[in-house]
Amino acid sequence: MSSLITLGLLPLIGALLVAALPSENVLRIKQAALATTVLTAIFGIYIATQFVAADTTFQFAQSLRWIPAFAINFSVGVDGLALALIVMSVVLTPIVVLAGWHESEGGRWSAKVFYILILVLETMMIGVFAATDVFLFYVIFEAMLIPVYFLIGGYGTGERAAAAVKFLLYSLFGGLLMLASIIGIYVVSSNAGYASFNITELSGLHTVMSSTTQNLLFLGFFIAFAIKAPLWPLHTWLPDAAKAATPGTSVLLLGVLDKVGTFGMIRFCITIFPDASKTFTPVIIVLSVISILYGAFLAIRARDLKRLIAYTSISHFGFITMGIFAMTTQGLSGATLYMFNHGFSTAALFIVGGWMIARRGSSTIADFGGLQRVTPVMAWMFFIAGMSSLALPGLSSFVSEFLVLVGTYTRYPVAAVIATIGIVLAALYILIPVQRTLHGPTTPGNENLPDLNLREKIAIAPVVAVIVAFGFYPSPLLNIINPTSAHVMQGAGFTDPAPTENAGK
Amino acid sequence: MNTSSSLVYLIALPLFGAATLLLGGRRTDKWGHLLATALSASSFGVGLYQFSAMLGRSTEERAVTQKLFSWIAVGDFNIDAALLLDQLSICFVLLITGVGTLIHIYSISYMEHDENRRRFFAYLNLFISAMLLLVLGNSYLNLYVGWEGVGLASYLLIGFWNQKPAYATASKKAFVMNRVGDMGLSFAIMIAFATLGTTTFAGVAEQSHHASKAALTAIGIMLVVAAAGKSAQFPLQAWLGDAMAGPTPVSALIHAATMVTAGVYLIVRSHFIFDLAPTAQLVVVIVGAITLLFGAIIGTAKDDIKKALAASTMSQIGYMILAAGLGPIGYVFAIMHLLTHGFFKASMFLGAGSVMHGMNDEVNMRKFGNLRKFMPITFVTFALGYLAIIGVPPFAGFYSKDGIIETAFNAEGVKGLILGGATLLGAAITAFYMSRVMILTFTSKARWDAEAHPHESPALMWVPIAVLSIGSVASGFLFTRGDALANWLNPLFGEHGGEHVERFAPIVVSAMALTAVVIGLAIALMKYQFAEVDGVAPENVSALTRLVRKDLGQDSFNEAVFMRPGIAITEAAEKVDEKVIDGAVRGIGGLAVGAGSVLRKSQSGFARSYAALILIGSIVLLLGIWVVTQ
Repeated sequence: MSSLITLGLLPLIGALLVAALPSENVLRIKQAALATTVLTAIFGIYIATQFVAADTTFQFAQSLRWIPAFAINFSVGVDGLALALIVMSVVLTPIVVLAGWHESEGGRWSAKVFYILILVLETMMIGVFAATDVFLFYVIFEAMLIPVYFLIGGYGTGERAAAAVKFLLYSLFGGLLMLASIIGIYVVSSNAGYASFNITELSGLHTVMSSTTQNLLFLGFFIAFAIKAPLWPLHTWLPDAAKAATPGTSVLLLGVLDKVGTFGMIRFCITIFPDASKTFTPVIIVLSVISILYGAFLAIRARDLKRLIAYTSISHFGFITMGIFAMTTQGLSGATLYMFNHGFSTAALFIVGGWMIARRGSSTIADFGGLQRVTPVMAWMFFIAGMSSLALPGLSSFVSEFLVLVGTYTRYPVAAVIATIGIVLAALYILIPVQRTLHGPTTPGNENLPDLNLREKIAIAPVVAVIVAFGFYPSPLLNIINPTSAHVMQGAGFTDPAPTENAGK
Repeated sequence: MNTSSSLVYLIALPLFGAATLLLGGRRTDKWGHLLATALSASSFGVGLYQFSAMLGRSTEERAVTQKLFSWIAVGDFNIDAALLLDQLSICFVLLITGVGTLIHIYSISYMEHDENRRRFFAYLNLFISAMLLLVLGNSYLNLYVGWEGVGLASYLLIGFWNQKPAYATASKKAFVMNRVGDMGLSFAIMIAFATLGTTTFAGVAEQSHHASKAALTAIGIMLVVAAAGKSAQFPLQAWLGDAMAGPTPVSALIHAATMVTAGVYLIVRSHFIFDLAPTAQLVVVIVGAITLLFGAIIGTAKDDIKKALAASTMSQIGYMILAAGLGPIGYVFAIMHLLTHGFFKASMFLGAGSVMHGMNDEVNMRKFGNLRKFMPITFVTFALGYLAIIGVPPFAGFYSKDGIIETAFNAEGVKGLILGGATLLGAAITAFYMSRVMILTFTSKARWDAEAHPHESPALMWVPIAVLSIGSVASGFLFTRGDALANWLNPLFGEHGGEHVERFAPIVVSAMALTAVVIGLAIALMKYQFAEVDGVAPENVSALTRLVRKDLGQDSFNEAVFMRPGIAITEAAEKVDEKVIDGAVRGIGGLAVGAGSVLRKSQSGFARSYAALILIGSIVLLLGIWVVTQ
């Protein structure tokens, strides 16, 4: 059995274990869930060390016959892109469990159900990035909605039911479009004489597709991914979902699940439909730039901490999408790295923001004030998370953001220049809430908030460590990501623009 | 090129201090300030060692590099974490660590009663480290890390007492306006990579000879934007006055001697671009000329001693920027003025801190007066700095500022007359507002509040000031003796063009400058020394004075042009999002929910229906496949 499948099964086994435990023993359930996710994280990192960066084929690959009549296989494998995202997912999950130790309390259902949902979701997160069969990807892509739906609707706050339904309907709409495209792919590949859902085989399919077919099928995938990412104007489900969900669920939703959208753009849109990608690039670049500025404007104005973080993510996903469709190695590697970094950066914001909200009993920014002098450690963590979000040089998000900008500039200078305004807006949407929550006199209701306890410090430490370490030394990640970016570019027939005025080239 | 494995310690030592003090928390309260001071001093030691080693090598061999590791490598975008120490950066290293260490020592006493003194020293160490990275990075991207690093340190230190909302706002304003400048630096790097394929100083210098004027002009102008943000130059100058919210040692170190001069460093470091891009050079001198007058004018109406000095800093950096736009001779004078200014302005800021220390943290000069009797050491050191800044021979500022005025006059054609005239006018105004500061604080009649008991500061504070005063007195003379600084730096800037004509003989320029100083001084004496000074600022003043008091309307301008339209945009975005986009979605969603209301028995009913839809979808898929394959 491929170690990748083992990795995917670990959380599922944990879920069964949790299911077998008595519901009353909440502590034991939490411990079992934490142990499972930590084990999964360790095994995931171990797999990453076994990965051969220079090899651009899918590694740890395994293919099992599933529905042979329709050439559907249970195929998994990872390249640099998938590996980076899987590692991010398995590292974030135990952090979410530990950070949100009390999140399962006060939900509609028991703690047991909560952790089963989390663990099942983790298996699906690994699976969705590891799938190398389009049909398998689709099934997991859709199935993932179910645990998330229950996590928001069952354990969230406020208008959780409405938010969960909105999330579901949006995703349902995208999923149906993707389904239509998947049927189309099968039709086209059958006509070409090799019915297949295998991603490697499908990468040659564009040579036999008419441009109309390619454009239509591309759109089916792209719209589904643009909803998931989310890209303007398909984003309005996100702030509602983030506001209603528990902070931990939000980390998984924005940090991991949304990446399935941007992951899918690279894995499916560009790989299977390179010509259509080229056709739609101008539109997508424009939408990305709008997302960057629009998300930032909304974030500057946000009065609610959770919605604020969701809006910053809309801006960040704009950067990621722009980097992907810039079609340069810097843009593509930068976008991939951005996905990884955004996972940790958003996790830090949501986790610390969640602690602040839980302590204060409110997510309204105006209810806070002067926390730096009441809860210095928590304030520092929120500040560092904010610095990561505004891509301060020296932190990991700077590397990815700058790569995206420079990679976009070489092909689409105007878009890159407008997008760069985002760095000023980011300073505003971070420093305004930092000032309102942490600085100034301590406002009534905040005088006695407790600072972080040991569990919370342990939970946030690795996030901060990742943010700082990869800011100074991103090479381990870039070494994994770069060959895949180059491979995707080459497969789609793109080369980097050469420097226009360099005498030596 | 020679390599050295010890460059990294320059940066690593203070960085270690910052990390220890921040992570160690209260446990390090007792000795944290001592550790930070010792590490800053060690960094200075490494700098001296490097300097002496550099002196021992021949001109061509002076620069040393150290590659630490490959930082970002994607495709052709290859950035090493690498350091470069040459004749230019060593000047900064010694200034930063030397003045920095003195200010550390001063702060031990100045911040003694602040419960967060440890945190203050952590930020100071962080600043020293970032500033050293800024001047030691061998590429624009390495510089960028230091560039924003000092911005972060500056933000943290301006907002050191951010429990006061106004101070918190000041720190935010500084960061945001700096980010506007940083955008310029980002553009410059992007353009350099897209056109020249490199972002190292050496690489860009090499390729600049092949590049088009358009590309170089674009890079140059973007670098000026960056410099304007960091160095508080027009039109990004508005943050510096508010930055005086930080503790006074910070104003001395960051907002006078070092960080705010980073823009000058950036332009001089990029001489290979500006030498070939006359339009960009023109922008540089225009920005410099406007700012030197702007800062000087607003300096005339400040009653807050720190804000008066801040306006002066803005103005003096205007001189440096102007010089940096005047080609190779200008570069030397820009750096010389930067160094002399580092001494005399830091000493005056620390002097102001000493005055505040003795006057219950009062900053309003209208409540000072006659302090020379009570704070004789502070008075003497401040006076030496004062003589240096207004440009009285043989004090330091005379040499460096005179050089700038002379070089400005020597620029071709009308440009030379305009620039020379601006520098001369600036010199007169400088003499006026600095004399005003001097008189109001030290020599006019006492106007203290009843509870004030002025006293001299302890030795831990006045000794660092005294050391800086030596620089105020002697540095200009030393730099120009045998053209020492020019000969040191010139190998970097290449051959001097022979195009400079001498409009006026140097002695004539000096005479004009001194005349300007005497005029400024005379007006100040008449208005403040020989007339009664009000304890509160008079209200019945001209509209012009009111405008100057409001910093020539800089904040109103930014508010009207950027802030209010910005707020309108965010409001509009919010409305569009709520009403238009989400409204449309809700409309469509409403239809769907209406149609599916049969299924809407319970919340979980939705999930069931969704599962059913997946099932149906899969069946459709399989059917489709079956149809196709038949």
